[in-house]
Amino acid sequence: MSGYQGKKNIPRITSDRLLIKGAKIVNDDQSFCADIYMEDGVIKQIGENLIVPGGVKTIDAHGRMLMPGGIDVHTRFQMPDRGMTSADDFYQGTKAALAGGTTMIIDHVVPEPGISLISAFEQWREWADSKSCCDYSLHVDITEWHKGIQEEMETLVKDHGVNSFLVYLAYKDVFQLTDAQVYEVFSVIRDLGAIAQVHAENGDIVAEEQRRILEQGITGPEGHVLSHPEEVEAEAVNRSVTVANQTNCPLYVTKVMSKSAADVIAQARKKGTVVYGEPITASLGTDGSHYWSKNWAKAAAYVTSPPLSPDPTTPDYLNSLLSCGDLQVTGSAHCPFNTAQRAVGKDDFSLIPEGVNGTEERMSIIWDKCVVTGKMDENQFVAVTSTNAAKIFNLYPRKGRIAVGSDADLVLWDPDVTKIISAKSHNSTVEYNIFEGTEVRGGPLVVISQGKIVLEEGNLHTTEGSGRYVARKPFSDYVYKRIKARSRLAELRGVPRGLYDGPVCEVSVTPKTMTPASSAKTSPAKQPNQPVRNLHQSGFSLSGAQIDDNVPRRNTQRIVAPPGGRANITSLG
Amino acid sequence: MSYQGKKNIPKITSDRLLIKGGRIVNDDQSFHADIYMEDGLIKQIGDNLIVPGGVKTIEAQGKMVIPGGIDIHTHFQMPYRGTTTVDDFTQGSKAALAGGTTMIVDHVIPEPGSSLMEAYDQWRQWADEKACCDYSLHVDITHWNDSVKQEVDNLIKEKGVNSFQVYMAYKDYYQMSNSELYEVFTFLAERGGIAQVHAENGEIIAEEQARMLQMGITGPEGHVLSRPEELEAEAVFRAITIASQTNCPLYVTRVMSKSAADIISQARKRGNVVFGEPITASLGTDGTHYWSKNWAKAASFVTSPPLSPDPTTPDYLNTLLSSGDLSVTGSAHCTFSVAQKAIGKDDFTQIPEGVNGVEERMVLIWDKAVTTGKMDENMFVAVTSTNAAKILNLYPRKGRIAVGSDADLVIWDTDSIRTITAKTHNSAAEYNVFEGMELRGAPLVVICQGKIVLEDGNLHVTSGVGRFIPCSPFPDFAYKRVKARKQLAVLRAVPRGMYDGPVSEFSMSRGGTPSASARTSPTKQPVRNLHQSGFSLAGNPAPCGPPTPDDIPIRPAGRRIVVPPGGRSNITSLS
Repeated sequence: MSGYQGKKNIPRITSDRLLIKGAKIVNDDQSFCADIYMEDGVIKQIGENLIVPGGVKTIDAHGRMLMPGGIDVHTRFQMPDRGMTSADDFYQGTKAALAGGTTMIIDHVVPEPGISLISAFEQWREWADSKSCCDYSLHVDITEWHKGIQEEMETLVKDHGVNSFLVYLAYKDVFQLTDAQVYEVFSVIRDLGAIAQVHAENGDIVAEEQRRILEQGITGPEGHVLSHPEEVEAEAVNRSVTVANQTNCPLYVTKVMSKSAADVIAQARKKGTVVYGEPITASLGTDGSHYWSKNWAKAAAYVTSPPLSPDPTTPDYLNSLLSCGDLQVTGSAHCPFNTAQRAVGKDDFSLIPEGVNGTEERMSIIWDKCVVTGKMDENQFVAVTSTNAAKIFNLYPRKGRIAVGSDADLVLWDPDVTKIISAKSHNSTVEYNIFEGTEVRGGPLVVISQGKIVLEEGNLHTTEGSGRYVARKPFSDYVYKRIKARSRLAELRGVPRGLYDGPVCEVSVTPKTMTPASSAKTSPAKQPNQPVRNLHQSGFSLSGAQIDDNVPRRNTQRIVAPPGGRANITSLG
Repeated sequence: MSYQGKKNIPKITSDRLLIKGGRIVNDDQSFHADIYMEDGLIKQIGDNLIVPGGVKTIEAQGKMVIPGGIDIHTHFQMPYRGTTTVDDFTQGSKAALAGGTTMIVDHVIPEPGSSLMEAYDQWRQWADEKACCDYSLHVDITHWNDSVKQEVDNLIKEKGVNSFQVYMAYKDYYQMSNSELYEVFTFLAERGGIAQVHAENGEIIAEEQARMLQMGITGPEGHVLSRPEELEAEAVFRAITIASQTNCPLYVTRVMSKSAADIISQARKRGNVVFGEPITASLGTDGTHYWSKNWAKAASFVTSPPLSPDPTTPDYLNTLLSSGDLSVTGSAHCTFSVAQKAIGKDDFTQIPEGVNGVEERMVLIWDKAVTTGKMDENMFVAVTSTNAAKILNLYPRKGRIAVGSDADLVIWDTDSIRTITAKTHNSAAEYNVFEGMELRGAPLVVICQGKIVLEDGNLHVTSGVGRFIPCSPFPDFAYKRVKARKQLAVLRAVPRGMYDGPVSEFSMSRGGTPSASARTSPTKQPVRNLHQSGFSLAGNPAPCGPPTPDDIPIRPAGRRIVVPPGGRSNITSLS
């Protein structure tokens, strides 16, 4: 696996050896009671009456649940946006993650169109290596498409441990790709064995709606949700599922925010598509009614894309789908901006920087909304907060499972603790917390990252820069077993026929030669390059003539006694 | 209504006609009554009618009398790369009448870049010269700009066109972007038009076609392989989304697959104003023939979206048509000779697209849907005639047997059995996609404009008697609901005081670190440029996320907020 990337691995806070006694170990498949011993950041023994070195630090877990540390599959720490940077950098962000029981994050590299993927990737590596407090990995976003990008993707997969790429169907004229480009990107991703992620919203319609709503004089944050209606999200999900099916590419929909988008994913899974849906903390925990808040700064704090649904039954619905397995993984899409940054869009909602908080609250919100209410059990909880993410992104069983040899990223979970979420006490730097005032049951008691205790008795002991980059290999089994089987089956064959040697209607070489709408009905599409089409048009010279061509049945006659004999045209039947 | 300067010469039969003893079938009920017609109009309905002496009488004892069919989708005499489809308006409307269809609605296809109005005039000229039955026209919008918009406006206001088709397929040719669709739909919704859509994802088709040809698949099977049914369903879904956003009634032409039909029926359950049009071919046959060893036969099935290779499709579509999830039927009749199809003998993408079906439509639906008990005779009238008339705003002039309606009638024989074959059909094409099918039900007598055109198996048609029937905008059938929604859909802004707290500096030009100018969609060009002009500090972004040193390290912005320079006014504390 990945190297330690030249980090000084200084032991601190606690020793490298740790024993947890009497815990109920919770994996995604079963729970059982056992002691656990770890050394050098790796789980060394699991069982009863373990033989361990003397003087090792021991945590008595008293039957509490010990589960794999959470994996937040979607963060955007320190993300640049028009010269600003999202308020939580890698230090602040990973600290918040650890405080909530998340021991690994996967951040998105967002290369500015025109900038090389590799150099953006290296920029993010540099930022994260110097600041991250927990292990991390990186998704790379494809913000434009040409031949060079394809080569860079290959390099990223082969040499840099990236196995997931995000494409945007939204942000017209900035990040948005056309359907044909998405098709090509997905084909490349499939060949590389990576996972296609998609930001699913129809950017064309959003752009039109934004203009319409601004014209109506709606400039506040409510315009954001009005211009991003939930249908537009569902439409884009449906389209990306279609393209993924065509290209036999595994699909991962980031930020599932609405019931209808979730429904499209659930239906596609029933039809057999390899597709995964990622609801985020915000869509599981709150709704979009706050966009109408009279307090501009509060309303603006909820701005993200796709937006939170104004339908207040959405969170409950998404939690149900998450519990039944129709949605599989959870992220936070943590990308908060402070109020002064948001205020860039105070006169025009379309300029408000987008992103909400959620990396710290993710585990507790899901516990409270799903496990406490009986929608899912503790094992499914581990699956959706950690194991499934590790499987999809090929980190399993190093991450996402408590087993001998796995990384010692663990959370001792207290199901009884109650906490009120507030911006006053959260670890993010922003002034607003979109879950403000929500009372949640369940929270981490002890958090262990890389075999070291980072949260104990409510105190965080994090170390800036201790997070390692975790490389991910392509062709994750969880995703690609089915894809591989299907590509073997999907061979297409032509029908062997003799050559057609009957008469052929004459067509001017330059195919357009008549009144309006000649050269119709056949798609000249398979030469996607525009120049071809212009060549055709230039031949359009004798327009307007030849009405006498329309004598009925003249072609029929030719067929009856064609000059070359009938050969291959057998009679009807 | 305008007779468009035609000499209305009476011929074949007199202008007065009485049908006695028939059972009149409308879309809502059936009842026994006699019908008296004069001058092409139904004058009286009832028992013991008082009619002039010597009037021609048809005994329809026990037979059904139904409104003549309306084929809402034809492509007669369509120009194609210097040739023309083999059925012109005479040949085509003759076939229509032979099958019990007394009105057709043809598509005007302007070449991209050329004038809609000129194309419309051209089609009018062709049809006025040749059509044997009444007709209307849809106009296809193949490109979009302000002058097209103006022409669409004129066509609606002055030329009697209320339906316009846009294409989501035929990349780089007819295909429109989502933004263009949004604009077209918005405009049509304002003007009371119906948005028709050819629903297939052209971008993906182009990619798939290239892939098929690379794999060496050049025959007609490549056509269906490169246009899988999902691509149709995807485009239908997208069109519905855009129509719902713009509150525009949507009409999906050529519903060819189960999944596309499912999407339409789901959308209708959610309340969208959307109509689906399966065609004769999708209701009657399937796409297995693309694999025929006979190239010419396989090629004769080529149409877009293609016939589904799933043989259970026709039955499924007939069921949805019977349940009302699909609303109207057309034929998309657009026939080419084998020699014309052979243009694509080495490359399936060059095969001209289109199948026959105008003659077979009524009989086929009767056989597949009525004799099997899926629908009753009233529903049959609804899907073959009445619903189309309502959508086109021609109801009750067309699509109903009532006093004052046009005398376009069919006496239907439910017992007749007939085998379809290219040897006897009225189209000029050598192949018939329904070849060999044995169908129950047939028109016994067809009356068009009050004249008998089919009797005892003999057709008596006259080229050029067909009148153009203008369609007016805002058909109630579609627009009552749309109008009510428009009144509800007023959006309101939240009244807030001005935000007067601190504002971060930011650059609109993409300077600075990679991915500046990210996340916010700067799409709406005109508006945005105005805004942009206000921000002149581009290029010196001085990333301000990480706090300036004099701020409190953890919550820089938080402190700023607590004591903003202008007082707190509008930013209340957390609540």
